[in-house]
Amino acid sequence: MSLNAFWDFLVLGVVLGCLYAVIAIGYTLVYGVLQLLNFAHSEVFMFGGFGGLMALTVWAPAPDPSGAQSVLYVVVGMLAGAAFGGVVAYGLEKVAYRPLRRHKAPRLVFLITAIGASFFLYNLAGKLFGRNSLSMPDMYENKRVFSFFGAELSVTMILIVVSAVGMMIGLDYVVNRTKLGSSIRAVAQDPEVASLMGVNIDKVVSRTFVIGGLLGGAAGFLFGVNNKVVYTMGFLPGITAFAAAVLGGIGNVRGAMLGGMLLGIVETLTVYFWGEEWRYVAGFAVLVVVLMFRPTGLLGERLGRTA
Amino acid sequence: MSAEALVRGRAAERLRTVRWYQRPRWKRLGAMIALAVLAVMVTGVQGTQRDLFYALEENLTSPLLLVWLALTVGVWAVREFLSPQVKAVSDGYRSVVEEPRGKLRRAWREEKWLRWGALGALVAAAVFLPSGLERYWQTVLVDQIAIYVLVAIGLNVVIGWAGMLDLGFIAFFAIGAYSAAYWTGALPVQPPMELNNFAVIPVAIVTCLLAGVLLGAPTLRLRGDYLAIVTLGFHEIVYLTAKNLDDVTGGTGGVKVERFSLDLGFWSYEWGVIDPMPYYYLLLVFIAVVVFFFWRLEHSKVGRAWTAIREDEVAAASTGVNTVRFKLMAFAIGASTSGVAGVAYASKVGYINSENFVILLSVLVLAYVIFGGMGSIAGVLFGAAFLVWLPEALRDFVDPKDRYMYLGVLLVIMMIYRPQGVIPSRRRARELKLSESGESDADAMTEPAGGRLS
Repeated sequence: MSLNAFWDFLVLGVVLGCLYAVIAIGYTLVYGVLQLLNFAHSEVFMFGGFGGLMALTVWAPAPDPSGAQSVLYVVVGMLAGAAFGGVVAYGLEKVAYRPLRRHKAPRLVFLITAIGASFFLYNLAGKLFGRNSLSMPDMYENKRVFSFFGAELSVTMILIVVSAVGMMIGLDYVVNRTKLGSSIRAVAQDPEVASLMGVNIDKVVSRTFVIGGLLGGAAGFLFGVNNKVVYTMGFLPGITAFAAAVLGGIGNVRGAMLGGMLLGIVETLTVYFWGEEWRYVAGFAVLVVVLMFRPTGLLGERLGRTA
Repeated sequence: MSAEALVRGRAAERLRTVRWYQRPRWKRLGAMIALAVLAVMVTGVQGTQRDLFYALEENLTSPLLLVWLALTVGVWAVREFLSPQVKAVSDGYRSVVEEPRGKLRRAWREEKWLRWGALGALVAAAVFLPSGLERYWQTVLVDQIAIYVLVAIGLNVVIGWAGMLDLGFIAFFAIGAYSAAYWTGALPVQPPMELNNFAVIPVAIVTCLLAGVLLGAPTLRLRGDYLAIVTLGFHEIVYLTAKNLDDVTGGTGGVKVERFSLDLGFWSYEWGVIDPMPYYYLLLVFIAVVVFFFWRLEHSKVGRAWTAIREDEVAAASTGVNTVRFKLMAFAIGASTSGVAGVAYASKVGYINSENFVILLSVLVLAYVIFGGMGSIAGVLFGAAFLVWLPEALRDFVDPKDRYMYLGVLLVIMMIYRPQGVIPSRRRARELKLSESGESDADAMTEPAGGRLS
């Protein structure tokens, strides 16, 4: 393949990486606070895609939208996706995880619950919305905007990168600068002491889930714009995003962002060199290699007890 | 009063006042209504891709919603307003049942003949009853129930006894099945020598042992939930390899595998294509051997080492249990059991392709073990048999694709209300109870004693 194709793939990798980074934040936040691998986060992501699609079905975009209208459609879709993701994540924490936390279940029990919840959620989506993949309606003309070393950048790519970077900056601000962020970090470091200091642990955990859900839902919408929406769309991006979180150092928010970017690039380069069918092997291979040689990830585990 | 105190007083007042919808009783009503809505979504109509809102609209306007609402609100009302009466009834019932139940339980514990008798009756039923079944059910019994029972017993070693979560167990099943295909000359690549299906079994065991160790060695020193995700990844890699390398494995097109046959010179027998019963008896022998072997293993030195690791890995390591070695051993033993099941599967069905080994199955097998009761052989046998049978029996009532949804719900509910399973092992149940008070781990998922990779 030509060099141009290489740049194409690299740019695609960055776009994909942005999405992975946003999903990975959801895993890393929950892991940091609860030491729980929230398997069902991939379903939160999937429901976000459906949420955006539903909003844009109710309020169908006009056939030839102006610039301002396009922006509005995208914002509405993304907000709906985020809202859906947030609601699903909130419900998940409330129904499935909180009873377990009440009676201090072993971690194995948490993990199995997460798997069960994930199973339930994605099959429920398959039942409610049918099992075929659906496309987002056209919200704008997806034309080439400019080229970068011969790689063509489309509106969708720029949309994804800009909104993902915006979300990441926003989240970084929330975690590091706000009161909610400092209570999240406090619970992650030591829940008992945090509760003695007047932090309401249940509330913080619930809000952590919601933050992860909002980001995951918005990412689900963006993913739906880029690909399609289908009830099984959560699984592979979810696993890859988890691998990204581990690669960056689980519990470390900035690590998750870095890991997501890297993994997106690795994945598209795998496609470039070996072909589409090996795409998802890349994520797992990276995961295994990282765990063997640097189990704390690139930036180290930060948020939370370094277990 | 200063302005600040006024503000503070108001804030305190606002915190103290509880609105009616914040009272637990009405919160519970809200939860029950939400439950009814969820239930109607689960049991309602199948959506279509043409209209995204079809299923939502249908379900929310169907009379089924009223039925569910009546049910859940009824339960709520009984619990809120009639609880003394309910308690009186249940106490009365309990006092009537208590004595005979206690007697039965004591007899079960003390009288050996009772237990042996029950076991004998079960074995006799397992041997003689199936020959009277319809052909369809016989096939289900062999192709699915017997095979998955074998796999579940293997997974029980890993998750029930050693306390490690393996999410990629079907990978070993696939390895077993593909070794059967390879050594009987069914794959596009030819083996150095063709073997009989029975002779493949030890080969498959060794292959799966090696695969188990290969997968376990780099990851067992890590935190337990990493193990879960790595085993999942391992499964995906095995599956994608089987799917993509179709000039080696046959890919999605699949390959035909020879069925079991035995030729001892003076006596030969071929397991045919149509009648599943000969396979059933063969698998019954396999299961019996494995169960006997594991039953002995459970209370051996190895079994006790697993228990120690599961309950407190740090303590086990400091009292001289070689944790990594025993965990690897659990992994390898479980894997090889799954491999045997794989050989049996390939040699019974006579055809395998990569789609026989999707990730869904790994999760299903996990569900069987959890449902029956981790760590208890009887529980796992029951769990696998029941949960494989149930979807088949429900085929006429529920859309087959919805079965997994119910399975997910089942897992979540089990974990909340009965994490020890239907027929729990007594030790496991106690561990789960102890972990509530922080005295036991009940899983090998904490940071191992040896620290990170050495």
